Amino acid sequence: MVESESPDRVTDVSTESARVVWVFVILAILAATQAFGFLTSPPDRDMGHLQKIMYVHVPAAWNAFLAFVVVLAASVLYLWKRDDRYDLLAASAAEVAAVLTALTIALGSIWGRPTWGVWWTWDPRLTSTAILLIIIVGYLALRGFVDEPERRARWSAAVGILGALNVPIVYMSVRWWRTLHQPQSSPSTVDPAYAWGLRLNAIAFLLVMIYLVRARYRAARLERIPEMAAEREALSGSVKNV
Amino acid sequence: MGVREAVSRVLAVAWKDLLTERRTKAGFNGVVFMSATTLLMFGFALGPDPAAIRAAAVGMLWLTVLLSGALAFNRSYELEAEAGAFDALLMYPGGRWAIFAGKLLANLAFVLLVEAITVPLAAVLYDLPVLAPLPGLITVLLLGTVGFVTLGTYYAAMASRVRAREVLLPLLLFPMLVPLLVAAVGATKAVLVGDPMGHGAGWIKLIAAFDIIFLVGTFMTFEYVVGE
Repeated sequence: MVESESPDRVTDVSTESARVVWVFVILAILAATQAFGFLTSPPDRDMGHLQKIMYVHVPAAWNAFLAFVVVLAASVLYLWKRDDRYDLLAASAAEVAAVLTALTIALGSIWGRPTWGVWWTWDPRLTSTAILLIIIVGYLALRGFVDEPERRARWSAAVGILGALNVPIVYMSVRWWRTLHQPQSSPSTVDPAYAWGLRLNAIAFLLVMIYLVRARYRAARLERIPEMAAEREALSGSVKNV
Repeated sequence: MGVREAVSRVLAVAWKDLLTERRTKAGFNGVVFMSATTLLMFGFALGPDPAAIRAAAVGMLWLTVLLSGALAFNRSYELEAEAGAFDALLMYPGGRWAIFAGKLLANLAFVLLVEAITVPLAAVLYDLPVLAPLPGLITVLLLGTVGFVTLGTYYAAMASRVRAREVLLPLLLFPMLVPLLVAAVGATKAVLVGDPMGHGAGWIKLIAAFDIIFLVGTFMTFEYVVGE
């Protein structure tokens, strides 16, 4: 039950303008860091300007992973504290994780076609990312299929935790299975000319990720208000719902 | 609660499920027929070249087990779907984990029996040499099936109680089974075809780790799945 925070704060119109400001600030930061990455990086010896996809692909991958950690932590906290807000946070982070994971795969595929000559290859990192995407889609599908909020929260927390447990196992199994992907790009593996562009874009993506999770969380809170009202009405024995 | 009562609760649930199944046989016959059909369909999809079929045989066998076995799990809860029977089951004294363990055992027996028919059939259809390496093959099948049935029984506890259960169970279950599938196929190939690179033991360890991690994970969280 959400009792600790009144619905008024969530529906407050005065914070609307603050949100619009935040959207512009974050987009401006993202545009600036992208421009910085593009302008400061020389063309790669092998890949040429194709390398610049790294400034989106790698930050998206990192932040997708971070969003998964939020899903896991919020799921554990929900089962422990039984506070609705953790459930809604897990759901919001899962949605953002799905988008960022899909973006990572799509961009990797676009990069892989000219570099490796194929859109897709059965490489460990690619394959585990794809499985991660299906696991998170399954999690979101489960949420869509269960109407009762308390049961949905319990079930999706359990599914979220088991899914997270599986991530390292999936990775190990496909790593033993095949290997082709180049070592991950990180500031320590790329040439210094690219490192700052990568770092700054990762931070910009982190801001985008936080903004999206917050926006989805707020929407989820708003969706819960009529659900809770219906629940209260049903419990109070009103005949309207019968 | 003493160990003996706990064991007798688990066995009572398992016995009830298996007895219901034995009296109707509807589930078992359906699943066996489904697995035989799938084995044949894979053969037709790969064409008549025996070499191509033999090369893919182990993967096709495991996929057949997973695809047809998955049909068993929702069924094991649908037995109690009517007239609030599942709620009555939950009201019995003792931990809810005993219900999960009982259903797990019943499903394990069910899927192993299906495999007892599917594997010899696959050996005939795909020309697999199963007799000489039989102890190794049984070990791999047993370990792989434990992990498969653990997650299947667990996710079906949720999927069987929502609309669109036929869609939800595979959507939740199959992505989780990917490491098990990869390891089981690797281990089975090592046992049947030979293991020049010495990968077999590593794959078997991976299956065992998968089994242990998810046995612990499901037993720890099952209470949240069925509790109110």
